Amino acid sequence: MAIKISAKNLNFYYGSNQALFDNSLDIEERRITAVIGPSGCGKSTHLRVYNRIFELYRDQRVTGELIIDGVNVLDPQVDVLELRRKVGMIFQKPTPFPMSVFENIAYPIKLHFKLSSKELKQRVEQALRAASLWDEVKDKLKNSGLALSGGQQQRLCIARAIAIEPEILLMDEPTSAIDPVATLKIEELMLSLKEKYTIVVVTHNMQQAARISDNTAFFFKGHIIEYGPTARIFTNPKEKKTEEYITGRFG
Amino acid sequence: MFALRTDRIFQWLCLISAMIAGLLMLGFFVQLSLSSVSTWRQFGLGFLVSNDWDPVANRFGALPSIVGTLCTTVIALLLAIPLAFAAALYLVDAPPLLSNILSHAIDLLAAIPSVIYGMWGLFVMVPIMQKHVQPFMVDVLRLHRLPVIGRYIGEYYNGFGIFTAGIILAIMVLPYIYAILRDVIKMTPPVLREAAYGVGCTRWETAKDIVLRYGIRGVLGGIFIGLGRALGETMAVLFVIGNLMDMPEDIFSGATTIAATLANNFAEADCLQRSALFALGLVLLLMSFSIQVAAQYYLHATSARRGESRS
Amino acid sequence: MKNKRSITSRKWTDRLVRAFSIFAVAVAVMSMLWVICTVIYYGHRALRPSFLLNPSRPYGIPGGGIANALLGTIAITFGAALIAVPPAILGGIYLSEYKDRRVICSILRFSATVMMGMPSVIIGLFVYMIVVVSSGHFSGFAGSVALAIIMFPVVMRNTEDMLGLVPYTLREAALAMGMTRTRTTLRIVCFAARRGLLTGVLLALSRVSGETAPLLFTALFSDSWPTTYFSGPTANMPVLITEYATNSPFAEMHQAGWGAALVVMLLVLTINIATRLLIRGQADGH
Repeated sequence: MAIKISAKNLNFYYGSNQALFDNSLDIEERRITAVIGPSGCGKSTHLRVYNRIFELYRDQRVTGELIIDGVNVLDPQVDVLELRRKVGMIFQKPTPFPMSVFENIAYPIKLHFKLSSKELKQRVEQALRAASLWDEVKDKLKNSGLALSGGQQQRLCIARAIAIEPEILLMDEPTSAIDPVATLKIEELMLSLKEKYTIVVVTHNMQQAARISDNTAFFFKGHIIEYGPTARIFTNPKEKKTEEYITGRFG
Repeated sequence: MFALRTDRIFQWLCLISAMIAGLLMLGFFVQLSLSSVSTWRQFGLGFLVSNDWDPVANRFGALPSIVGTLCTTVIALLLAIPLAFAAALYLVDAPPLLSNILSHAIDLLAAIPSVIYGMWGLFVMVPIMQKHVQPFMVDVLRLHRLPVIGRYIGEYYNGFGIFTAGIILAIMVLPYIYAILRDVIKMTPPVLREAAYGVGCTRWETAKDIVLRYGIRGVLGGIFIGLGRALGETMAVLFVIGNLMDMPEDIFSGATTIAATLANNFAEADCLQRSALFALGLVLLLMSFSIQVAAQYYLHATSARRGESRS
Repeated sequence: MKNKRSITSRKWTDRLVRAFSIFAVAVAVMSMLWVICTVIYYGHRALRPSFLLNPSRPYGIPGGGIANALLGTIAITFGAALIAVPPAILGGIYLSEYKDRRVICSILRFSATVMMGMPSVIIGLFVYMIVVVSSGHFSGFAGSVALAIIMFPVVMRNTEDMLGLVPYTLREAALAMGMTRTRTTLRIVCFAARRGLLTGVLLALSRVSGETAPLLFTALFSDSWPTTYFSGPTANMPVLITEYATNSPFAEMHQAGWGAALVVMLLVLTINIATRLLIRGQADGH
């Protein structure tokens, strides 16, 4: 199986506090990789390195290498706008833009591509279909994106991310603010998306990790304690900490 | 029992004190309406659209003052809004210490008394406008030859006039608009900005397409606050506008504004002219009131400072 | 991957906007420095002891100063504070502490906020009719009334905001000890918020002490000492500056005007900056 992302010795700092220690991780292409661990263990921080979104904050910095398709994307030479097009991100809370449903999808497309309005409409429809949202919103494309339900908003954000032809999708606890039925829909969606995209999902929900992921990484206090096929991690963890966590002894 | 009675008396005292705010607001309208009755009797609503101002013949019209007020205000806002927005964008993301110092510096602009802006305008800006800026605009750039907008840029200039007043007003309202825009930008949820950067927006794209849309009501509120300030400003304008009671021909013309007309003519005015000045005051009051209501309507839902300057 | 939009042009737009942003900050800060430096540059030459200690004199009589105008401004401004502060604080207490009449409260709060945006020239007109016409003469007192009207909503809203910051538990504790509501409000709540209240008053003072337009309709000007505070036109700094700068072609008068402007500016900026430091000290204290 091809390796899509390869993190090498990532150390991450908030000001003078180190949050990640020597994180090395190889993420397989077109698989779902789950990142689990107790809160504050650095799993979200790790994810936020992949699209360099942490750079928005003045006091946050990272050392190490992050190789995507053979290129170290932490190199300042790498174009961050293109990187973020290629690496989409879904947040814990749904983040529709303050625009209509249609514009929510069309806006990022227009940023990156020059398309006729007909092509644009097709792309928007494609993205909404791929996020299995089209049937629910096709009659309210002009309504505000904020008027949708929480689960719909989150799928809108997924549609928005895949509309600009990314290769990787980062999901930072995408279902933690959403009800169980909507969560199930999003999990189904993720399983269908992995045919085309490499997905990395941070979750605090171990059942979710077990249900959908192919590989699982267990984080603890900024260290990657254990990484391997999900089935093995959950049935036969090698590390004591991992076992304690997945059996619910802490976290 | 005694204690309860003092409590009641105290509460009533407080209520009566608070009522002063409402009574004063009402008082402005009543007083200015009463004092301008004879003007409205004489000229009716035609007062608002007449450009005749002839104290000797006892004929008065508000149009030149109203037009002058609107022109100076529009120029001030056209200059101040982009500057305020750009400055707020930069300083919100700047390193905390730098942002703090520069923000305080900009806030100080609002603390300088307007009469000092007036003096500075008269002795510093007017000569600069006359000797450098306006010759550059007219003789070098030949802006007055431009189609359409050229009509509003005069060929003749002397440093005074609408344009100079607009520039000084722009500097004066800048800190008010800036303070509100800064609050509006800060109010945008970080996760929304992250989402915008996450789909590959640049800083500017995030600001204009996401932050601005998200905080549009606050932005409008801030603009209205600036509008209100510019509209009613008296002293700074009085010194540099030229105080001509004629319809301005172009932006270099000497003109007047409602506030400047009031300050300039009140001392010599009597009878009908005084009443006409009160009528102008009433017009200004109505304009300011509606603008303030609009500003509060837009700022209501936001937690941006409600245009209450800290200066 | 067809029809890609050029990233370079987007980035250049971004850089241009960023450059414009820095330019905007520079324009704002430079304007501030420019105004202040101009006033210092022209004004400092006028500052001689005689300038500060002598009263103003009509043009042609040497040795004129600004002492009467300075005293007049102090009298008018403090008069305004005396008139405005007590009812403004009581009004603020009402808005913050007695929430039983919500509709009235929101109407009054709204009026106060709108009043803060009213042009001061209108307040001048209003006080001219209310005080000058009914008493038959201009006076420093009329000027105080005008400035008091400008101060009132500022202090009232500030009082409300500051009292709102006092934790509710403090009120409950005082009431539980058997204190009356009045005592609780004045002794406990207002005492706890005293610094906030003071800064509000100071900011309002700094805002009105350079205010000119309303004084043209009320206090006017005179070359005598401000003994005519209640009875006639009273000297004050802002109108002196206006007179000297606009109605006089003489360089000496302009010079005196700059000197007066410098004194007013120092006065206003000192109060203003001191208040900001006070606010900051308070923020650090908690």
